[in-house]
Amino acid sequence: MSPLLELRGVSKRFGGVHAVDKVSFSIAPGELVGLIGPNGAGKTTAFNLVSGVHPLSGGEVFFLGERISGSSPTRIARRGIARTFQNIRLFRSLTVFEHVLVAQTCHASSMLAQFSPFASRAELERRRQAMETLAAVGLAQRHDELAVHLPYGGQRRLEIARALATAPKLLLLDEPAAGLNDTETEELRVMLDALRLRGYTILLVEHDMQLVMRLCSRILVLNFGKLIASGTPAEVRADRDVVDAYLGVES
Amino acid sequence: MNIYYEGVLASMGINILLALSAYAILATDRLSLGNAGFMAIGAYLSSYLTVNLGWALFPALAAGALAAAAVGLLVGLPVLRLQGIYFVMGTLAFGEIVRTFFQNFEPTGGAYGMRGMFGASLAMIYAFVGGFLLLFLAYGRSRAGRASDAVRDDDEAARSIGINVVAVRLLSFAWGALIAGVAGALFAHYALYVESGNFNFLMSANAVLFVILGGVQTVWGAIIGAILFTLLPEGLRFLADWRMTAYGVILVTLMALRPEGILTRAMLKNLRRLYGRRP
Repeated sequence: MSPLLELRGVSKRFGGVHAVDKVSFSIAPGELVGLIGPNGAGKTTAFNLVSGVHPLSGGEVFFLGERISGSSPTRIARRGIARTFQNIRLFRSLTVFEHVLVAQTCHASSMLAQFSPFASRAELERRRQAMETLAAVGLAQRHDELAVHLPYGGQRRLEIARALATAPKLLLLDEPAAGLNDTETEELRVMLDALRLRGYTILLVEHDMQLVMRLCSRILVLNFGKLIASGTPAEVRADRDVVDAYLGVES
Repeated sequence: MNIYYEGVLASMGINILLALSAYAILATDRLSLGNAGFMAIGAYLSSYLTVNLGWALFPALAAGALAAAAVGLLVGLPVLRLQGIYFVMGTLAFGEIVRTFFQNFEPTGGAYGMRGMFGASLAMIYAFVGGFLLLFLAYGRSRAGRASDAVRDDDEAARSIGINVVAVRLLSFAWGALIAGVAGALFAHYALYVESGNFNFLMSANAVLFVILGGVQTVWGAIIGAILFTLLPEGLRFLADWRMTAYGVILVTLMALRPEGILTRAMLKNLRRLYGRRP
């Protein structure tokens, strides 16, 4: 099957630092791939390159066979790549429900409909879908609250709901388990597993190794901006370079 | 009506329009200090059309407003590329350029200013206030309005869900310019005389001040701000020479006590809960 996402020799330099250094990998439709690595390995930078937040210093990114590197974040999002943020970025004046509504940018509606204060039949349908999306992440009961009033775990799940509402073909999740307790992390695992079963393609950056090992069919390992390993959880765990990267190695 | 009260009410109406024009832009997290420039364009163009070419007031007013919006689009395109303080400086420079242009532009009287306009009434000013308020309320309930809220709260997150942040900011900027253009045309045809000095930096700064003091989160904040801070200096007249000092002290105190402004969205939500769900 042709890949959904493909990185070819992607690099990013900040001054003299090679944050991401000639990284190449591809993701097939329906895969749940983990991207791991020690702090500062370049995982979030790689996300920012795919989603268009930073311009590339070298290489190319392809999505559905078309080159997307060089496009704006808005264009890339509209093509079907949605993301969450490591440091939660919710809209402070919007309610939980409004977060999902505002993200339904995939739905083509006329310019006039965009400015209409009245709820058309199509709009009512979108609201129903928004409630479904909230139900999928367990936030339907709290739909009328301001998002900033949600507990931390709820805010993380709302970030995922907002990304889902764009009807993405690829979901980039940046450390969704960061700051969650064991129960919340387990809930998250069940939720991500359900998304995988529903056919979503997911690229997951995560520090919680146990979560990644249990969820992902394939794992990519970054260290100092370079891709040092790629394979099944068992293969990666046995990889000498990966062990060295995580435990440090005397040179 | 007493001519003094009518004058206060008229300048309050113009100030509300000015505050709405600043609010339209602040609502996308951009602060413009050049709205007096758009007001000048609306004022001078409509005045030239009514006085020199004999147009009726409404077509002239519409032409002035549309010209201000068109200039808003042209200026907004490059200026909106600037971030934070640089955007503020860019709009400030624009306002000053417009002011000095009209100071030297002979066809509209240059430094002598323009006279001969008439026809705007108090009722007309408040009809526009009401009309624009309704449009803002409708916009707030629409998808476009919600997208604009998202842009104000976090533009990077807004981009990540496919919102065209540049388009939202540009349209809001032009919309703010249009409202300022209407305010200018009404001001000129109510005050009967305009000069370039009317449209100075202080006027742009006041527009922003009304909104920040009243509350930037909702359109009601802009309106309350403009009403209170038009009336306050009038109410302080008994202090004579100390009037503006007291005004300043009140502004600083209010900013310190309520940095988010008098009205907030959470407050309106609570009020609605309190009064809306009664049997």
